Amino acid sequence: MSKTTYREAIRGAMRDALRADPRVFLMGEDIGRYGGAFAVTLGLLAEFGPERIRDTPLSESTFVGAGIGAALGGMRPIVEVMTINFSLLALDQIVNNAATLRHMSGGQFSVPLVVRMASGGGRGMAAQHSHSFECWYAHVPGIKSVAPATVADARGLLLAALKEPDPVFIFEHALLYPLEGETEDGVPMRIGEATIRRAGHDVSLITYGGTLGKVLQAAEALAAQRIDAEVVDLRTLRPLDTTTILESVRRTHRAVIVDEGWRTGSLAAEVSAQIMEGAFDSLDAPVGRVCSAEVPMPYARHLEDATMPQVPAIVGAVQALF
Amino acid sequence: MATEMLALPELQRDHALKLLREMLLIRRFEEKSAELYTLGKIRGFLHLYIGEEATAVGAMQALTADDRIVATYREHGQALARGISAGAVMAEMYGKANGSSRGRGGSMHIFDASRRFYGGYAIVGGGLPIAVGLALADRMLGRACITACFFGEGAVAEGEFHESLNLAALWHLPVLFLCENNRYAMGTALTRSESETDLHLKARGYNVASRAVDGMDVLAVEAAVREAAAAVRSDRVPHFVELRTYRFRAHSMADPDLYRTRAEVEEWKHRCPIASYAAMLRAEGLLTDATWKEMEAGVATEIAEAVATAEAGPWEPVEDLTRDVHTPREAMQP
Repeated sequence: MSKTTYREAIRGAMRDALRADPRVFLMGEDIGRYGGAFAVTLGLLAEFGPERIRDTPLSESTFVGAGIGAALGGMRPIVEVMTINFSLLALDQIVNNAATLRHMSGGQFSVPLVVRMASGGGRGMAAQHSHSFECWYAHVPGIKSVAPATVADARGLLLAALKEPDPVFIFEHALLYPLEGETEDGVPMRIGEATIRRAGHDVSLITYGGTLGKVLQAAEALAAQRIDAEVVDLRTLRPLDTTTILESVRRTHRAVIVDEGWRTGSLAAEVSAQIMEGAFDSLDAPVGRVCSAEVPMPYARHLEDATMPQVPAIVGAVQALF
Repeated sequence: MATEMLALPELQRDHALKLLREMLLIRRFEEKSAELYTLGKIRGFLHLYIGEEATAVGAMQALTADDRIVATYREHGQALARGISAGAVMAEMYGKANGSSRGRGGSMHIFDASRRFYGGYAIVGGGLPIAVGLALADRMLGRACITACFFGEGAVAEGEFHESLNLAALWHLPVLFLCENNRYAMGTALTRSESETDLHLKARGYNVASRAVDGMDVLAVEAAVREAAAAVRSDRVPHFVELRTYRFRAHSMADPDLYRTRAEVEEWKHRCPIASYAAMLRAEGLLTDATWKEMEAGVATEIAEAVATAEAGPWEPVEDLTRDVHTPREAMQP
């Protein structure tokens, strides 16, 4: 166990992987000399050199596609896309190639590619740098998606992603980079496992990524009102750990899903449907959702705050179930 | 020296006839495919290569067994010229479990790991970044092979074309870009979509050496691609060859072919890469009626066997529908 930040935990995991496996290399915009738009890769160029820490031109589709090709060719690329909004420029390569090649080739080829990107709002970056499209990625079979919400998960899920034979997408909420916490070595993490961050009896609060902190705060506020909330952190968005979700709901009989994505067609909608299908008889109240308001992310702080899920809204959604 | 001089003509003759046979195999395979499509044996899209045989066959001569190939949705020609069996391709188009992709890919997605054939890509331009990445892996792992990337002239309008040429040149990657310019992106004529129709000039903007060659002349294609491939191999930088060709059939079986004149198609058919090459071989005394008949018979047998393989192939069990969406962990290389 060692104390560090979310940002440093990712950097440390990549450094360890680069040292351990000569096939691992990094590629992305401004990851080398600049040190990464969020300073995640700072210092790696000096240690590993420009062959393995590759600054790319602003060609998202091609450097993500080149990551797919390099993975096909025997490498273990880690591609950084600066933000989830920019990743839309690479969606052709991701959805049409990365996700399909194994199946479309009848199992002849695999794409062991890791793609990391920053997501989420709360930084005054307005409508082209702040969204949460994680559910679009989670929609696609053939790729796996994870959203580390803690410092330990930032390291553990990245190392787990590098062990996967298929493409893994890592969504790092940009507000989490300075988060302090501890990493754990020992039992390696596995993709596809949710975890209980707070045990409780009265309601399951299900979330992932950047909203975990707010959900834990809401749980404390609810405790003061004698509502004992359980907090489930999905960690992996595809494949969803429905077992952990359903077991929690069967214990608490109520559920609220907190998701920074827009409500319509959200990951929260999928989790809600899974609960209806798998734990309907256990429910004492309708499943609730707290999602982002259905607007492009606004710039002004008060408007942005009003857009995103906040603690009072989470508390209110839970109270409405009782 | 004397022995070499004596051996050369025989070698030349064998090679000359090999080119003809490979082109003929593609032609007859495509004709049979069209027939089977109308019979409902092949479904979905079917993009025929008829007219373009000299480009795949000529280019493939320049590649070694270690080289990698990336192709498009009109890739039967490349697959057959690379030595993938006609049976595996036909069975794939039938959707059978003995097809090259176990019936998951169809006509547009032929893959063969053993032939280092990395697939047919059906999003125009989508294969170029893959080729760049394969070459990047080879560069980083110090391998000597090169990656040949086939694409149509329609891909030149896509951003990925420009990004890929730039990145391959910037990073000194051994990619051989082979642009099959058949003059129509589906129904859009080159002159209606590009401000500069001399496509190989575009590569120069990225510091990529380039040339254009008559894609209806198999020997010219072979010579140009051999030269370019040798340069990629030795200098470890990309090269670009524009192969000027023409498809005699419609874009796909669904295309009524309304955007070009009969006269234009007929004019190009007079330049048929197979007929013109066969005539040249006859004039050189390298091809006789008997050899031609024998070749046609051999090709007919090979295609009949391919169809039989496809007909006899089993259907993938529906229980295996989701097989290969993900890789079994035990199948992953450590």
